Amino acid sequence: MTTSSPGMVHVKTTINGQAHELLVPPYMSLLDTLRELIGLTGTKEGCLDGNCGACTVSVDGRIVDSCLVLGAEVDGKDVDTVEGMASADGLHPLQQAFLEEAALQCGICTPGFLVAAKGLLDNEPSPSEGRIRHWLAGNLCRCTGYDKIIRAVQKASS
Amino acid sequence: MVATFEPKTDYKVIGTRPIRHDGYDKVTGRAIYGGDLTLPGLIWGVCVRSPHAHANIKSIDTSAAEAMDGVLAVITGADMPEALDKLVDLGEGNVNFKWASNKLMADDKVVYRGHPVAAVAAVDRYTAEEAARKVVVEYEVLKAVTNVTDALAPDAPIVLPDLVGDDLGEDVTNTNMAEHVRHEFGDVEGAMASAAHTIEREYNMQMVHQGYIEPHNATAVWDEEDRIKIWTSTQGAFAARTQIAGILQVDVSKVKVTPLEIGGGFGGKIPVYFEPIAAILSRKSRRPVKMVMERVAIFETTGPTPGGRMIIKLGADSNGKLTAATADIWFEAGANPGSVIGPAAMCVYSPYEIPNTRIDGWDVVVNKPKTAAYRAPGSPQVAFAMESAVEELCEEAGWDSMQFRIDNVSREGTRRGDGVLFSKIGMEEVLEAAKNSDHWNAPLGDPSPGRKRGRGMASGYWFNIGLKSSVNLAVNSDGTVTLVEGSPDIGGTRVAMAMHVAEVLGIGAHDVRPSVVDTELVGYTDVTGGSRTTYATGYACWIAANQLVDELKKRVGILWDINEEDIDFSDGIFNSKAESEKTIGFKELAGKLADLGGPATSTGSVDLESAGDGFGLHIVDIDIDTETGKTDVVRFTAIQDVGTAIHPSYVEGQLQGGAVQGIGWALNEEYYMEEDGSMANSSFLDYRMPTSLDLPPIDTILVEVPNPLHPYGVRGVGETPICPPIPAIANAIANAIGTRLYNTPMNAGSIMEALS
Amino acid sequence: MHPFAYVAPGTVDEAVAVLDKHGDRARPLAGGTDLLVKARANAWELDAVVDIKNIPELMTLTVGNDGLTIGAGVPCYQVYENEEVASDYPCIVDGTAIIGGIQIQSRAGLGGNLCNAAPSADGICPLIVHSAVAHIAGPGGSRDVAVEDFCTGPSQTVLKNGELLVSISMPRPPANFGAAYTRFIPRNEMDIAVAGVGVSVILDSSGQNFVSARIALASVGPTPILASAAGNSLAGKPVNDDTIAAAAALASDASTPITDMRGTIAQRKQLINVLTGRMINQAVERARG
Repeated sequence: MTTSSPGMVHVKTTINGQAHELLVPPYMSLLDTLRELIGLTGTKEGCLDGNCGACTVSVDGRIVDSCLVLGAEVDGKDVDTVEGMASADGLHPLQQAFLEEAALQCGICTPGFLVAAKGLLDNEPSPSEGRIRHWLAGNLCRCTGYDKIIRAVQKASS
Repeated sequence: MVATFEPKTDYKVIGTRPIRHDGYDKVTGRAIYGGDLTLPGLIWGVCVRSPHAHANIKSIDTSAAEAMDGVLAVITGADMPEALDKLVDLGEGNVNFKWASNKLMADDKVVYRGHPVAAVAAVDRYTAEEAARKVVVEYEVLKAVTNVTDALAPDAPIVLPDLVGDDLGEDVTNTNMAEHVRHEFGDVEGAMASAAHTIEREYNMQMVHQGYIEPHNATAVWDEEDRIKIWTSTQGAFAARTQIAGILQVDVSKVKVTPLEIGGGFGGKIPVYFEPIAAILSRKSRRPVKMVMERVAIFETTGPTPGGRMIIKLGADSNGKLTAATADIWFEAGANPGSVIGPAAMCVYSPYEIPNTRIDGWDVVVNKPKTAAYRAPGSPQVAFAMESAVEELCEEAGWDSMQFRIDNVSREGTRRGDGVLFSKIGMEEVLEAAKNSDHWNAPLGDPSPGRKRGRGMASGYWFNIGLKSSVNLAVNSDGTVTLVEGSPDIGGTRVAMAMHVAEVLGIGAHDVRPSVVDTELVGYTDVTGGSRTTYATGYACWIAANQLVDELKKRVGILWDINEEDIDFSDGIFNSKAESEKTIGFKELAGKLADLGGPATSTGSVDLESAGDGFGLHIVDIDIDTETGKTDVVRFTAIQDVGTAIHPSYVEGQLQGGAVQGIGWALNEEYYMEEDGSMANSSFLDYRMPTSLDLPPIDTILVEVPNPLHPYGVRGVGETPICPPIPAIANAIANAIGTRLYNTPMNAGSIMEALS
Repeated sequence: MHPFAYVAPGTVDEAVAVLDKHGDRARPLAGGTDLLVKARANAWELDAVVDIKNIPELMTLTVGNDGLTIGAGVPCYQVYENEEVASDYPCIVDGTAIIGGIQIQSRAGLGGNLCNAAPSADGICPLIVHSAVAHIAGPGGSRDVAVEDFCTGPSQTVLKNGELLVSISMPRPPANFGAAYTRFIPRNEMDIAVAGVGVSVILDSSGQNFVSARIALASVGPTPILASAAGNSLAGKPVNDDTIAAAAALASDASTPITDMRGTIAQRKQLINVLTGRMINQAVERARG
């Protein structure tokens, strides 16, 4: 184990169900790994310090701020991003609901909200409004005032 | 002569809620925002920024950065062209190129913390950031001023030694006062002296930021012909082009700006910050250069809205009619001149008819970032002052404040504070809707033990601009229409443009395919801002669509061998006036165009005055924990005259989003300045914008008083909604705890102080 | 940000060796929610981060008759989603459920929260009132430090060169024990505490009298504060508004806040008074079951 110069880290991970084998700079965030190394730019940069949720992805089924995870840390883990939400059969119900309820204006926070909301509905199919608002408190939106986002999540929940 | 239009009610597409055309790309992550762009050979640029708010630059040593592996270019202010001292109209405000250039990259002095003094381009972002840290700058630190009072004190440090202030037309030197303007009508002193009731109050507000989630970004290529290509998240590619060309001292035609998708602007992405720097780094390195701004720098160096000081005095007769009003307004411009005292003057009295008025406004330079437009810039500030004063006047005189607003309402012909007379406006209708609303008539309800509940309401106004837009249309053989426009889509305007075209042509909204394009593909278009886009670009769409109909009538004439004047068009069907059963639908005609004269295209260009005045009123119920001062918003209703809601969901969205920005501004947001001129809370952790857990649903009531100056009655809607929430909450707090706050943010600490 | 190496050892000894070699230029990486923010802000220059999440002792949570032991890297969500912890240690849940939002709680843990040593930490006061102990491994061997002694100043701890926090443990609460933590923030989530108070009480079998109490304060001094005089003032006293108010006033006296962008001295002192009263009441309620 050498630490004399920051050597690249060999990472084997699954992203949206697809296996990837990468050499990642040790100091590179998971956010930059996704955006710069793999080219998945759906996950967005907002603040780089864990306060806005625009970079939300799911790692082994838990939502995280990918700006505060190192790419090196997802070796052996499953990562899910917004790009993996739709399937060959169509959009995820959350994506469809966001469109129908006009739950996006500029859209920059939307991928983060979609992944975060999916993290909730995957485990709690019928959350209350209060529970939705609490779960999504780590995702900032400056355009919508959240009203239509909450309605969209309620619509997508069973 | 300006065309006027009668309101319609039998729309086919207007008023429906189709899924926005860019929606699928945005919910799947495919949409390309500025930070997502990648180009072959792309390298990354980072600024070196001053840690001091006010300092002379003694020396800059870039050698260590230049020697670093992976660094391809380093520049300083010396690499920036000498910009002209010239004022250019950008639509929502002017820019002086000398100031704009200096703001981007300092010459010999830094005037706000974070002011760039150098920039580095390297193979990747991490290397560029490390290289930037290696640039050594020697400063002589000067005392900083960070509020209007200190800046105007006799011994205040002078931020801009070259500044010549304009005090009601007189030149002033050695000052931080950039401008003093006055608007006066009637006999203010006389009316105030004979008023039965008067009130005079002072209000102080802190600087706040637009808080868009997407950082500023730019990618530049300076090519071998000295042509500059820029990709950026901007509110206006043409406005960006004008600024970039002016700062770089090149012809406008040498600069091509491609607006990528934009993650929020609210006025803050009208000025350019990175584009010229990225361009010069590209010229020096001969590579495409991308820059994305750090969140700290966004707070410290982009364009927040002014804080300031306001003194309002009102006079009313014994019947509850306003007779006189004065406003003294000091706004901080930031480190270069030009704050929004003009718009503030246009807005302060607007919901009211007041025969005798005076407004004095001072624009004050301070060691803070140069302010930019933030959603109805200047109006939320004066709304806080005016609507608080009106409410307090009513409390003292024993008048019902809703009735007071009705009795003093401004209408067509009322003179605005700056002298302009209103045309057809909807403040009366808004008041009526408010008075009859569920919320206004609902009981306040009891708070939990230890809490107090209050209700407040307040009105707000924005004038909404018109300006220039251009669009092109082309018919496809399958009956769809390609729409090319230049208005970046920040909030769902693309779909509203398509709906304009679809309404004229009698086709579906999704049969119109809109694209937002670069400065070489469409005619000049002003910024997406000023609440102008649905109005002005929509109007251009309407013109282009009608021109297309005329063109298509010619083709039908060829088909039927009759004169185009003998052809009618309605609901998507062309018919012969002589033989009314002889018809052809739009789609069928489109399929035949190849043999009827070839491609059918059209254009529309406009240069319009106002987008119609926008009046609104908000009602808010709050709960206050009297032991901690914590305020919770428990119910909120935003009521506004929206003209005609083209796509009601996105109009509702404007009301909701603006209301929540106002709520954050009222309760928590501020630039907390340290003694040394630095902003202590330059992150989303401590610059506290509301989260979903801080809010109830935001109910909306869309009042439609169609604007006669738009074919579908469209009125600007986006900016008005940020104006009422601050005073509505101030009034609710006063209602809850019996004490009024005169400063924002009205946070828990100040409420606790008021309660003690 | 200084480019650092990434090391992921599988044992405590390996981790200690790396940390010892680099001194303060290497830090353990658990959730990363403080470490990466500080590294990016150039608060420190690091040559290496040592990912401790492959070391079993640091990632294990055990709860049972011997009490509760939380590995230094165990994230908050694993603490509050554990049914036994939720039922028997609700005060620990109070703290872990409010550190950041859901995304932060997927990664951040009590170990990192303690080692980050922010006076405003929401995880530390609950540990103090549970009489928790920090278990440290280092080049010189292992040692234990009471959590209330762990932080020595803002961002400063008793950890010496090469030392690594392994786990935090606390005894199983005795009968008639109740504890609660809350903080005051301007919004409803995602904020740093302006003031925070944790209280644990042990009542007598009648539930009408205090046997003992511990009161810990956040955000009102250079470290979290164990307000001994305030806690001790309740020992042997009846549970009523007067004794509680007196303890709350003592807690406020024990606080040494500053005025900064999050609050003023006066505001914080008043908040400590208010929150202490509320938390004593809630702890009593929980103790009475």
